[in-house]
Amino acid sequence: MTTPTKVPTGAPTETASTAEGRIGDSPLRPDGVLKVTGEFAYSSDLWMDDMIWGATLRSPHPHARIVSVDIGAALATPGVCAVLTADDIPGRNAVGLEHDDQPVLAERVVRYQGEPVALVAADHPEIARQAVKKIVVDYQVLPAVTDGRQALDPSAPKVHEHGNLVRHFKIRKGDPAPSAPVVVSLDFEVGMQDQAFLGPESGLAVPAEDGGVDLYVATQWLHVDQRQVCQALGLPPERVRLSLAGVGGAFGGREDLSMHVHACLLALHTGKPVKMVYNREESFFGHVHRHPADLRYEFGAEADGTLVYGKVEIIFDGGAYASSTGAVVANGATMGLGPYRIPHVRVDCYGVYTNNPPCGAMRGFGCVQAAFAHEALMDELADRLGLDRVTIRQRNGMREGDENITGQRIDSAAPVAELLQIVRDMELPPSASEQRDLRDLPGGVANSTHGEGVVRGVGYAVTYKNVGFSEGFDDFSTARVRLEITGGEPVATVHTAAAEVGQGLITVEQQICRTELGVERVVVHPKDTQVGSGGSTSASRQTYVTGGAVKAACEAVRQRVLDRAAATIGVAANTLRLDGAKIVAESGDVVAALADVLGGDAVEETVEWRHRPTQRVDPETGQGDAHVQYAFSAHRAVVDVDVELGLVKVVALDTAQDVGKAINPDAVMGQIQGGSAQGMGLALMEEILVRDGKILNPSFTDYLIPTILDMPPMKIEILEYADPHAPYGLRGVGEPPTISSGPAVAAAIRQASGKALRRVPIRPEHITAS
Amino acid sequence: MDFLQPRSWAEALEAKAAHPDAVPIAGGTDVMVELNFDVRRPPALLDLTRVEELTEWSMDEGQVRLGAGVTYARVITELGRELPGLAMASRTVGSPQIRNRGTVGGNLGAASPAGDSHPALLAAEAQVELASLSGTRTMPVSDFYTGVKRNALEPDELIAAILITPPSGPQQFCKIGTRNAMVIAVSAFGLALHPDRRAVGTGIGSAAPTPRRAREAEQFLAQALDEDGLWDSRRDLPAGLAHDFGARVRAAAAPIDDVRGTAAYRLHSLAVMARRALTWAWDDYQKAA
Ligand SMILES: Cc1cc2nc3c(=O)[nH]c(=O)nc-3n(C[C@H](O)[C@H](O)[C@H](O)COP(=O)(O)OP(=O)(O)OC[C@H]3O[C@@H](n4cnc5c(N)ncnc54)[C@H](O)[C@@H]3O)c2cc1C
Repeated sequence: MTTPTKVPTGAPTETASTAEGRIGDSPLRPDGVLKVTGEFAYSSDLWMDDMIWGATLRSPHPHARIVSVDIGAALATPGVCAVLTADDIPGRNAVGLEHDDQPVLAERVVRYQGEPVALVAADHPEIARQAVKKIVVDYQVLPAVTDGRQALDPSAPKVHEHGNLVRHFKIRKGDPAPSAPVVVSLDFEVGMQDQAFLGPESGLAVPAEDGGVDLYVATQWLHVDQRQVCQALGLPPERVRLSLAGVGGAFGGREDLSMHVHACLLALHTGKPVKMVYNREESFFGHVHRHPADLRYEFGAEADGTLVYGKVEIIFDGGAYASSTGAVVANGATMGLGPYRIPHVRVDCYGVYTNNPPCGAMRGFGCVQAAFAHEALMDELADRLGLDRVTIRQRNGMREGDENITGQRIDSAAPVAELLQIVRDMELPPSASEQRDLRDLPGGVANSTHGEGVVRGVGYAVTYKNVGFSEGFDDFSTARVRLEITGGEPVATVHTAAAEVGQGLITVEQQICRTELGVERVVVHPKDTQVGSGGSTSASRQTYVTGGAVKAACEAVRQRVLDRAAATIGVAANTLRLDGAKIVAESGDVVAALADVLGGDAVEETVEWRHRPTQRVDPETGQGDAHVQYAFSAHRAVVDVDVELGLVKVVALDTAQDVGKAINPDAVMGQIQGGSAQGMGLALMEEILVRDGKILNPSFTDYLIPTILDMPPMKIEILEYADPHAPYGLRGVGEPPTISSGPAVAAAIRQASGKALRRVPIRPEHITAS
Repeated sequence: MDFLQPRSWAEALEAKAAHPDAVPIAGGTDVMVELNFDVRRPPALLDLTRVEELTEWSMDEGQVRLGAGVTYARVITELGRELPGLAMASRTVGSPQIRNRGTVGGNLGAASPAGDSHPALLAAEAQVELASLSGTRTMPVSDFYTGVKRNALEPDELIAAILITPPSGPQQFCKIGTRNAMVIAVSAFGLALHPDRRAVGTGIGSAAPTPRRAREAEQFLAQALDEDGLWDSRRDLPAGLAHDFGARVRAAAAPIDDVRGTAAYRLHSLAVMARRALTWAWDDYQKAA
């Protein structure tokens, strides 16, 4: 293996730690202080003295034929080192997560506004940007399809030759023509949310002596990036080495490639390290967004509220390229009716191509959109029957042993009723009239009300979300763990390729090593492709799957150490245990020092670890054990709405969640708080506004995310019902809060305003409209 | 790009005369955003932050003379009593960081219809003092805004100060934003009651090509208060008066649909804010008796 001759500054180094902290503790994160003091090196901080800068020319049109590209003037600009187009791609000009349908640089046609068309490298970023503007592209504008439902119409313009359907997921369970005494239905629309991570897409590609390239980049899954980069460059994996740079947030938006191949192409072409950093506006065009969704729901129920059937049609607008639309569709379908027992089910869930911005992974992944609809419909049903909104959910709520709508038996805790009970029983915040500070009122210091028009509302929502990859995907992670004596002390080194994106995985890896090996000092090797795949940092899966791999690798190392000790001492290995620097016998006596057993040797094991396999579902009925684990959460939102002005203050956003086992309770709280804020953001304000395929608000001036004055303090209660199939009994934590928070907020606003509000984000004019 | 750094007001005026295309920069919270987004590439920047005369305020012949470079943070902490409407507006600007850097002069220089100081300045009937080497002129702030993000500054002129008479009656400022902090106004309204002159001042933000007064509403309200002797009696407002005032404020606006809100909502919200602002101001007036 070749290592690059020079490592850029700002590339992550080993994380050593002597802090205490095993499973269940909350040791201080190594990146915490650095981030708060501004010293943490993000991918945008990468630096090499001889590096040059890349910039991207993007399509101004949602759909157009490229008649010609003239790079002459750009190339002639002093300081410009290279100008590349689709013709300069040595490998396949096609990448993608599920389907290789996305060109690295557009060829003949552009399918969305912002699609990369050409690249420039120059010795200064400003020169590169100016040169980009000198590239002359002759476009012939084509008719665009910019509505998801319209895309399914056979007469609609075709985004790709094979048509506009990415995936149609069908669920057919029970009676095909069910009826019920009470029927409720609604249509719902969910706008396009953005991950809005703060660290823009950035990285540094360094050409290597072997003709390959070393890419330092902020991403969620190094190996899936590597596969695509190799494919585009026409290079084998040994010559395309990726290292994780400091990641400034991800939330799904870094699952697809952004500047990865572009920087590598420029680096290989110029023989110089190439850095690329998007600015905020470019970032809005540089990653996928959450799918906007058009949802049509019908529930049939008995008079006591027991659900009889659910009929659902969902259309996810995937934009110009497939990205992970197929998996989003599967999630939207299989979990689209919520954590309820429903015997008769018909679901048609579509993912379509349009000429809108591409959509893909975002925290909550298909469940977020569906939850707004099924939770609104549960409220509607409760109201129709005169039943309490919590009671009706508890009555239908899934329990361990129940079958979900794909016929899968839920084989660990499913505490829907309990979670709802917990949030309902939490103390309510003081009433609106007791609030005196403007900051507690809708509008805050903008001074739009002193209490006039303010009505309080309370809303509930509950969700369940799959953890890990599904539908038969070979979902694994690799961990390499080494144990040795350094400076007289046992030191464990753990190496995985699993991306730390700010969630705290590095700390969790250390906690697991300490727990399993009894060591204090744990070194975390920088994340790179010199070890096997860690799988994606998504689907709430890393603590589960990479955590499982680290645990298994530690166990393998421990076994070898004990075998060695047993052989020397002459006892059976299974009578010994490893406790830090000591080998201890059943009697409790220390029988050997680890230092003596190891001597100067290091014991190292690499383990590929898999969770239980999942199944592909039947394509006609959608039946099958599609998912490996489910995580449940419930929220109660309390809002004050100025019903005359349509302004909202979320007063409380309380939650209960079953996490199986809190490996790091502080990190669990952080995930729940952040996830809840993000879900609330979609209910209230976060939307990329797209008209005729063009983004109207690509900036944080007009793409609003909640501030500290929008986010209330939260009450959080954590349940720990161990999942017997998962390492330490843990459940994924990161996504459920993003799913149940938004629908609870929307429900509370509906209650306060008396308006139906069948679209999110809910804007003031929706509340005030007559 | 040249970077001019005058150390005194005289030097600043000289620099502006010599480089009329130099863009003044005070807090930079608008200028730097424009530079970052490559909206403009001026040949020179004229840094005003070292001009002490601009960063001071004083009482001058019964008026507050607010240097163009005084920040929002200082307006809030130092001038809450003298300039209540402007202080309320300042509190709604951006974040603590922006309020520490951003200036009222910069808000006028940018002349965005959404600038938060404008409704308060209009309602208070503030004057703007403009200066160049050839002299100083003063104009009502309502004449200063000449179009979308355009103002009455000549190329060789700088904004010296804002002159505001301290209030003889209550003032209010309200703003609509789609989140509870750090937000550009969807619409905004400023109100000042001037019992000494038996007059009413208003300012509308984000609902017309420029910030503007609702003059007909002002006259309507002043007259109604006069006719009923309410300026002196301070009795409760007659039923419907606040509502009618709101309707007239709405009629003075000419908003558009954009990503931040619809024209219809802007009109609606202005009527509500005007009604509420009058109710609160009158309440204050009654209490002040
Ligand atoms: C994150 C953020 C949030 C914001 N939020 C708000 C908000 O809520 N409400 C709001 O109203 N604004 C907001 N703004 C805009 C900005 O902060 C204000 O307009 C502020 O008043 C500008 O003042 P400044 O001193 O920073 O001006 P600068 O950026 O320095 O200058 C602004 C303009 O005025 C000119 N100028 C400055 N001083 C003079 C002078 N003495 N003579 C002549 N011309 C001059 C400059 O040339 C420039 O054209 C926000 C900006 C940011 C970046």
